[in-house]
Amino acid sequence: MGDETAPDEIGPKPMAMVEYLKLGDDPHLVANVCKACGASYFDRRNACAACGAREFSAERLANTGAVRTFTIVHRAARGVPAPYISAVVDLDGGGRVKSNIINIEPAPDNVSLGMRVRLATYVAATDDDGNEAVAFGYEPEAA
Amino acid sequence: MSNEDPVWILGTSMTKFGRYADKDLIDLAAQASLGALDDGEVTMAEMDVLAAGCLYEANGGVGQRLQKQLGQTGIPVYNVANACATGATAVRTVMMAIKTGEAQMGLAVGVEQMGKMGMLGADRAARSDKQVFERKGRFGSVVGVEGRLGTNMMPGVFAQAGMEYAYENDGVGFEQFAKVAQKNHEHSTLNPLAQYRKAFTLDEVMSSEVIAYPNTLLMCCPTGDGSAAVVLVSDEKLKTLSREQQQRAVKVSASVLTSDPWTEGCQVQPDVNTLTRNAADAAYEASGVDPADLDLVELHDCFATAELRHYDNLRLCEPGGAGEWIDKGGPWRDGEIPVNVSGGLLSKGHPIGATGVANLFEVATHVRSEAGDRQVPDAKVGLAHVIGLGSSCGVHILERSGL
Repeated sequence: MGDETAPDEIGPKPMAMVEYLKLGDDPHLVANVCKACGASYFDRRNACAACGAREFSAERLANTGAVRTFTIVHRAARGVPAPYISAVVDLDGGGRVKSNIINIEPAPDNVSLGMRVRLATYVAATDDDGNEAVAFGYEPEAA
Repeated sequence: MSNEDPVWILGTSMTKFGRYADKDLIDLAAQASLGALDDGEVTMAEMDVLAAGCLYEANGGVGQRLQKQLGQTGIPVYNVANACATGATAVRTVMMAIKTGEAQMGLAVGVEQMGKMGMLGADRAARSDKQVFERKGRFGSVVGVEGRLGTNMMPGVFAQAGMEYAYENDGVGFEQFAKVAQKNHEHSTLNPLAQYRKAFTLDEVMSSEVIAYPNTLLMCCPTGDGSAAVVLVSDEKLKTLSREQQQRAVKVSASVLTSDPWTEGCQVQPDVNTLTRNAADAAYEASGVDPADLDLVELHDCFATAELRHYDNLRLCEPGGAGEWIDKGGPWRDGEIPVNVSGGLLSKGHPIGATGVANLFEVATHVRSEAGDRQVPDAKVGLAHVIGLGSSCGVHILERSGL
């Protein structure tokens, strides 16, 4: 995996929390894009859900976009710190992604529909070997 | 019979929704089923088909277990599950059997026993603390995504569905969503079958505990137990029954089930709109009923944010005008088109498998003018809607007999 530290290096490795997040100097998301219609998916598809075509290419998505919708979760799943902001972001150039809005206080006055955001990464968890799971969220561009 | 002949509801019944520590799933299903048979003045021996809808015991042979309580007559049994549209799917299963001519009469029952399940949609089990990361699932995740890459729990998913409507349209915000809950709780005070029957002021709704903004506690439906059932009959068979049975029969003018077609972004935020619009449009087309003709609507208000969107999806208001419509009282029981006079899922309750049958019970009871204190005056035609995430949507249009 090109986005992770080479296996012969000693010590803990940063690991992208999900495979569609690519780490390195320039963290970004990659989607499987239908070659026929351009629909994009973060998981593998046997055929395109939009058009039925069967060929996909891995394409980089933009790191910036606008908040399409959000909620502030106060009563969260067990073990998840709350409150936090969950949002769907319309990415510049196409593609839609769901993640948290990070690096701002989770209050209705701090987040607005259409707000410009950019991708940011952070360490979400560490395993018993010291490997770090790196997650992505979106922070306000203005920050 | 021909495919054009209508199918009719001959009998219907539901248990009060709530929490039944002293009854099991089959007790509840049997109570509703016997109620529907008695209401239609028929017996289990006359049923040609049985469909049983239950989500959480979908592999539990609920239909056959129910037969042991009602009568083992050897008829075909279909056990169905389709998320929150499970009950509507059971009804449609019997409808299809009648439409094809395989059956003249059938029983559809929806049932669920959830107790206090808490919030649905979260990761079922927390991963153990002692771990070494390895990639799992279709996204190759090394840790749970819930709460890290947004939320998949129902209060948040439907909050986002509502806020997306606010993004696309003016005049929609926290207050408009909260008014939905104020209305449905007020409506529930007239319904003896509702799980909760307490009115709240708008301020009380807005200042109750925030679960997933803008949904507060009073804007989220409860979990619970309950069952509802309908007996369906072919047009041909109905004509052989008594005058009273024919007059109390309720015409199923449309019965539609849809799934969610691909739309932009549906892989990250379930689209609860397109399939609802598709189902509603097909139902209006099939029945010849116009939204303006509707005397009442029971729609799937699992969360207050969802109900507001469905005013628009079901064409009850002007396109984009759901906020304005509730501001002027359109969906209140004395408004333009009363919505959820039962109290809706928010107060009547949402035992999942029962919901898509219970809304038919409600509409049928009104068009029969048998709804007691909560009766919508002179109701002749109504629409029932359910949606299950994943997604599946059922829409039925019911009309007074006229026979």
